[in-house]
Amino acid sequence: MTSHELRADGLALGYDGRRVVENLDAVIPDGRVTVIVGPNACGKSTLLRSFARLLRPDAGVVTLDGTDVHRYPSKQLATVLGLLPQQPIAPDGITVADLVGRGRFPRQGLFRQWTAEDSEAVAEALRSTDTVDLSDRRIDELSGGQRQRVWIAMALAQQTDILLLDEPTTFLDVTHQIEVLDLLHELNRERGTTVVMVLHDLNLAARYADHLVVMSAGKIVAEGRPADVISIDTVGAAFGLEAVIIDDPISHSPMVVPMGRFHHGL
Amino acid sequence: MLTFARPATRTLGFIALLVVVLLSAGASLLLGSRSIDVTSVLDAVFSRGTGSVEQMVVLDLRVPRTIIGLVAGAALGLAGALMQGLTRNPLADPGLLGVNAGASLAVVTAIAFFGVTAPSGYVWFAFGGAALAAALVYAVASGRTGPSPLSLTLAGAATTAVLTSFITLILLRDLDTLAQFRFWSVGSLVGRDVSTVATLAPFLVVGSVTALLLGRSLNSLALGDDVARGLGQRVGLTRIVAGAAIILLCGSATSLAGPLVFVGLVVPHIARRFVGADYRWILLWSMPLGAALLVIADTIGRLIAPPSELEAGILVALIGAPVLIALVRGNKAVTR
Amino acid sequence: MTVQQRYRPSVDDLARVAVARRAGRIRSLVIAAVLIVVLAALAVVALILGDRVVAPGDVLSTLFGGGSGGDRFVILGLRVPRLLLGLMVGAAFGLAGAVFQSLLGNPLASPDIIGISQGASAAAVGAILLAGWSGLAVSFAAFGGAVLVAGLITVLAARHGVAGSRFVLIGIALAFLAQAAINFMLTRSDVRDAQSALVWLVGSLGTVTSEELTSTAVGLVVLVLALALVSPRLRMLQLGDEAATGLGVRVTPARLVITLIAVGLAAVATAAAGPVVFVAFVSAPIARRLLGGTGPALVVSALVGALVVTGSDLIAQHAVSGLQVPVGIVTGIVSAPVLLVLLARSNRSRGTA
Repeated sequence: MTSHELRADGLALGYDGRRVVENLDAVIPDGRVTVIVGPNACGKSTLLRSFARLLRPDAGVVTLDGTDVHRYPSKQLATVLGLLPQQPIAPDGITVADLVGRGRFPRQGLFRQWTAEDSEAVAEALRSTDTVDLSDRRIDELSGGQRQRVWIAMALAQQTDILLLDEPTTFLDVTHQIEVLDLLHELNRERGTTVVMVLHDLNLAARYADHLVVMSAGKIVAEGRPADVISIDTVGAAFGLEAVIIDDPISHSPMVVPMGRFHHGL
Repeated sequence: MLTFARPATRTLGFIALLVVVLLSAGASLLLGSRSIDVTSVLDAVFSRGTGSVEQMVVLDLRVPRTIIGLVAGAALGLAGALMQGLTRNPLADPGLLGVNAGASLAVVTAIAFFGVTAPSGYVWFAFGGAALAAALVYAVASGRTGPSPLSLTLAGAATTAVLTSFITLILLRDLDTLAQFRFWSVGSLVGRDVSTVATLAPFLVVGSVTALLLGRSLNSLALGDDVARGLGQRVGLTRIVAGAAIILLCGSATSLAGPLVFVGLVVPHIARRFVGADYRWILLWSMPLGAALLVIADTIGRLIAPPSELEAGILVALIGAPVLIALVRGNKAVTR
Repeated sequence: MTVQQRYRPSVDDLARVAVARRAGRIRSLVIAAVLIVVLAALAVVALILGDRVVAPGDVLSTLFGGGSGGDRFVILGLRVPRLLLGLMVGAAFGLAGAVFQSLLGNPLASPDIIGISQGASAAAVGAILLAGWSGLAVSFAAFGGAVLVAGLITVLAARHGVAGSRFVLIGIALAFLAQAAINFMLTRSDVRDAQSALVWLVGSLGTVTSEELTSTAVGLVVLVLALALVSPRLRMLQLGDEAATGLGVRVTPARLVITLIAVGLAAVATAAAGPVVFVAFVSAPIARRLLGGTGPALVVSALVGALVVTGSDLIAQHAVSGLQVPVGIVTGIVSAPVLLVLLARSNRSRGTA
């Protein structure tokens, strides 16, 4: 993996005149797992989408190695930056091998059709996500967790240095959530892939993130190591939540235990 | 924007609307390639006076087309409101969804193949055709979540295309059939026998009353099938009753005026602008709005290119298509 | 184990991938081959049958330069041109339908009903009934009408890029408007003229001039080449705009170009033979059924389209002795039940995550 600098400077983002993110600066640490969290409508998905070049900023710029992502030749950018969108669409009847194979598109062209390198990349992606046995199965026959792994395999087949994921665990049950997050963790540790994802579960984020970014109302409220960032004050400021912070007995990352009207330990 | 949120103002607004309808009807009687003064019109309507040419024009031509316009317009407006409530789709319209095409095909079949030329006869075919087309659209529209506005409209356009292709096939058989029925397809209020209105009256009354009584049910349905059931509503029954009303209204309207598109689309949106989202009022307002719209369209059609005229169906399409486009462009809920 | 060793795909893995990829391709090739064989058979029958029945042997010798004068006239002058036009028109409609349905993600989104056809028809009917044109001039009008409507829809639907659903809905609005215009023109003309206009509207392969044949062929070749260049992007767009962007496709320009190509195909075919009823609509769904889904199924859709038109024309010409029916009537009757089934099933979800 080569190292890259992915950053946002003075970013302002919005939809149809409604401003969601204002004057935001962020640098994505290379070779680490970065997780963006925050309450609903805080702009976390919006921020990720601007990194993925899905959204044009109203002001400011997102750059990869100094070049504006919107000016970067798109196929070339796709060899560095991979994306797993929030609700991907698969045409009926598509097989796993076919879908993962589409991840090779950025490296193919008029004079470069399917090569041995492409087959290897696909096989490698399937092996890493443990989906080789599903190669000839149809996507619509798979479980939620399997499907998500297949989409990640497609992004892996792109062989990018950076992987962006928009809420990869939202529609999965807890077993599959852990399965997917473990896979991403492994990718980062074993291959050095920079992972940037939006998660809605604060505790999973604290467990898996090297670098945690907490957002609220379109601004970054805190960022850094989970142990440094997660505190009663930050959680209160960002989520408006009263909580107790304990040590996760398994991973020893900070774990947020919320207080409510009936359960407040007092 | 003027709204009539309070019941008192809503009633006043409704009365104002009825006045609008009266004025449109009056305009329809007064205006045209031959302008006729008020006294002649009144004389003709109240059958006193001399039997002058003006009075004959009024009686033989303008009164029938005005009546047909009022009745068909009211029926279509009401049917459109029902459909939009039933399918929770702001783009639903009896013409767009193929129901009128179905009625139309049935009528053409009746006259071309079964020699049924009297309206009292082919009206039954119209109901049958409307029912079949409605059933097809219903098959498309049912299912757990129901289709998006896009899917439903596409299905309606496809249904209309299939049914219209059959109509074209029949029209190609012989010159006589074509000669008669090309006027059918264009949505004209002229050349129809006004006694048909009397024949259709019972169906129209039953359809309208049923529709108006469904207002409360449609309000619950708007919240989603599951929520509606949770509120104690019999969703399946509502759908069937509403469907029956739509068939009666559309079958009658198409028998009177041929397949008209866009009246049912535009009218409920206008109603909503004024009375908000309560279907009891939307349904009530849709009738006079539809009546006024069609009659005004017909009148304008007469004034645009004298001495010839543009049929009401064409005018309504000229008004309705831009409205649909504006709805699609402006409304985020419609796309995706 | 190093990183490399842990993830090096085994020979087994590579084999599995190869097998999985091949499976789909083999099926496509087999289906395409079968369709070509059937098409060839129909072509031969088309050349044999007619008022003057020509024996297969004579057909072959005429095609290769020999044959009697009468045979040459009938086969080379009448039947071959008609056959060729039918094949080209069918293929073009099949492709146009497949591309639109793929691009808009909905099997019901065919150029037949989203305004392109109706625009072409309105222009052509206007040319026939109001301007008294015929032949090539009407074809130009039809082409112009299709392109004009497509342009209008694009302009009206554009808003940070052209969303597929907006395109379709606006197209439908314009389709109904065009239909109203057509109905209007039909009532304003002499009945006989109205009848010829209706015949054009239904789609027919009547008399074929060599100019028509050449211009259609050229248009088709250019557009098919262009389509071949952009079809990988179409496959990526099937995964949704977001995933496609992630894979390096510039979505807005790609959608625009692909839409233009599809409009061009529909326009060329409509100019040559009128909007042959429903060919564009049913070819792609049938193709996808045969192939078992996945991919835009372009080649097979083209073959199915050609087959539908050629087969229907055979029926149209020879089914009822002494009566020649426009091909569109047969395609309409044959496609209607297919469409109704499609409609009834269309509320099943398309595309799962």
